[in-house]
Amino acid sequence: MIQWVHELDTWIVIAAVLSSVACALVGCFLVLRRLSLMGDAISHAVLPGLAIGFLLTASRESLPMFIGAAVVGVLTAVFTQWLVRYGRVEESASMGAVFTILFALGLVMIEQSARHRHVELDARCVLFGAIEYIPLHLVQVGPWLVPSAVVWLTVVLAMNIAFVALFYKELKICAFDPALAQGQGIPSQFMHYALMAMVAITTVASFTSVGSILVIAMLVVPAATAHLLTDRFGWMLILSMLLAAAAGILGHVGALTIPSLLPADSPAFANVHDLSTSGMMAVCTGGMFVVAMLAAPRRGLISRALDRALLTLRICREDVLALLYRLEERAESGFEDHARLAYDVLRKSLGTSRVLTWLALRGLARRGLIRDEPDRGWRMTDAGRARAAQLLQSHRLWETYLNHHYGLIGPRQHSAAEKLEHITTQTMRGRLDDELSRPRLDPHGRTVPRPDGT
Amino acid sequence: MTTTRGNHGYQASEGKAPGGPAPCNVSVPGNDPTASVDGNLSAPPLSIHDMTVAYHRRPVLWDIDYDAPEGKLIAVVGPNGAGKSTLIKACMDLVPRASGRIRFFGLPFARARSMVGYVPQRESVDWDFPVSALDVVTMGLYGRIGWLRPVRRRDRELARESLDQLGMADYADRQISQLSGGQQQRVFLARALVQQARLYLMDEPLSGVDAATEQAIIELLRRFRATGRTVIVVHHDLPTVTEYFDHVILLNMRIVAAGPVDDVFTPENLQKTYGGRLTLLDEAAQALVGETSPP
Repeated sequence: MIQWVHELDTWIVIAAVLSSVACALVGCFLVLRRLSLMGDAISHAVLPGLAIGFLLTASRESLPMFIGAAVVGVLTAVFTQWLVRYGRVEESASMGAVFTILFALGLVMIEQSARHRHVELDARCVLFGAIEYIPLHLVQVGPWLVPSAVVWLTVVLAMNIAFVALFYKELKICAFDPALAQGQGIPSQFMHYALMAMVAITTVASFTSVGSILVIAMLVVPAATAHLLTDRFGWMLILSMLLAAAAGILGHVGALTIPSLLPADSPAFANVHDLSTSGMMAVCTGGMFVVAMLAAPRRGLISRALDRALLTLRICREDVLALLYRLEERAESGFEDHARLAYDVLRKSLGTSRVLTWLALRGLARRGLIRDEPDRGWRMTDAGRARAAQLLQSHRLWETYLNHHYGLIGPRQHSAAEKLEHITTQTMRGRLDDELSRPRLDPHGRTVPRPDGT
Repeated sequence: MTTTRGNHGYQASEGKAPGGPAPCNVSVPGNDPTASVDGNLSAPPLSIHDMTVAYHRRPVLWDIDYDAPEGKLIAVVGPNGAGKSTLIKACMDLVPRASGRIRFFGLPFARARSMVGYVPQRESVDWDFPVSALDVVTMGLYGRIGWLRPVRRRDRELARESLDQLGMADYADRQISQLSGGQQQRVFLARALVQQARLYLMDEPLSGVDAATEQAIIELLRRFRATGRTVIVVHHDLPTVTEYFDHVILLNMRIVAAGPVDDVFTPENLQKTYGGRLTLLDEAAQALVGETSPP
């Protein structure tokens, strides 16, 4: 199904992986400093620098082009700050003004160069990349013929890794707390500009593979995905690079395979013969981000929904116990409740849904806190009674506390205590009890149970 | 402008030999005085001379002259917008000054860095940042560790001890967004502690913290004072000023009064600080800065 041409596809994948990994590493700092838009700005603004470098050398990958780009990248950051300070505009507005002007300037320069010098720096190539043509420009490196883009990308990735490895803690502190860095004599402003220069160089190196628009996806999305997946700075850097590499490989494989999977006879896909590798790479990073957003261990939507569901279920279980305890109390004081405590009865008194009630009863039974007696319905076991007494103790102590300190009475006091009883730990109960000097009755005149034997 | 690199930048005048005694224990009196290479020990910890700060032509601080006494807990008090935070930031070169001269122990800030610790407002950082409480405290040592050197086990142990002193040992490995507001503030204080400074500037460390954290912080401030350190605290809670602090600076764009709490913290001075409209002098000042300050 996949027609893998070694000389072409292997180099394309290598270029894709190198550029996306290089982007992801510097991208982490953009994401953490909330400067994602800066990646966008710089990737556009470097165009004039690129054009000048290109006009000087007439080559699409050359040192002057990288230097030009790095200089303009830093200038973008500098101009942005000037506009914020002296123009009294907010940072995003200032960034927008700076990069569009520089980008327009770059476009004009490219057009002029095309007209007068008869050499071409294709604007389309800059915008969308031309990763499929990378294997066509080979240079001799030792015994091997290597695409020149791969050589440049390797150099840039090595620079990025060296930069981050050498200045790891400085970059970290400047990203987290620039004022603290400044206070200790770490030049946070200088580190900021150095970072922006690296972003510009990485962007330019990646133009041929992913283009100036999709490069933004590679800067921001793997880093943002990694941020969702981990709580550690170092791991975030490593994860973002792994994700980016995976996106590079999957992107090209996807671009090769997907057209053959489409129904060939469908008119909608009749003209789809190949897909852009860079486009598929961006789609892959997007897919990874969505998966992480849903399934990340702590921040993911699924785990958060699951946490909420488990909490709801626990509260429901505790409410069932408290209800059974109150019913027993009433039975003791003479109101014999003859109703069979079946599941429907409990559900109606609690006002919970069928599934939730059923799950709560199962959970309690499995923990040995209640059991279903043939003619009486659900009853507490001794263990269940002890747990219920703790809940009621918390509830009634809280009612007393709220009444005592805030003068809350009636339903408001009850509903507040109803929430608090579920989060009260044993130590908290002890402190409440001590502070209220161990009341025997709550404000409604009901006994405060003391199951802990205190 | 801030001095960035140079012979007294990062890793500046920290004279401590590696492997010296664990400097985290605040019960050891002060920093070793010989460690601060060229600080003039008889000079005040902070000396502000004729300082003016303006944002976009509006004066924020006007004509500030102040010498901080050594070994005291000093509160900076004043209404919202009085320039309390700006006072601290301007001293530490974090916001530009229109004029004025600042000296820490007789030295400009760039050369006194290792002697000055700063605790910013809690809102100043992104608490979603992927670092643990221990990481944040360790950052207080980055300057001392220096360029191109990794954080070593010993540094992390110092940070851990410092967290322990604020009752935060159990939370060392928590990601910082999982801490309560009070715990986050304690992390900042632990970071200040590990810096082993002789003067601390703190921006509202007691704002919005729980009672236990407030006690922990006050206890730390008192230990600082007991070891001869000076602490200047932006404070918002007037009723506790007399209980917690020795000196007070009453600030409303200008210093209304400054000195020992017993002498200065009077109803008349508070009225002057918080009372109603700007004085005629301040209005004149505002007009003047509007005319002459550079854009």
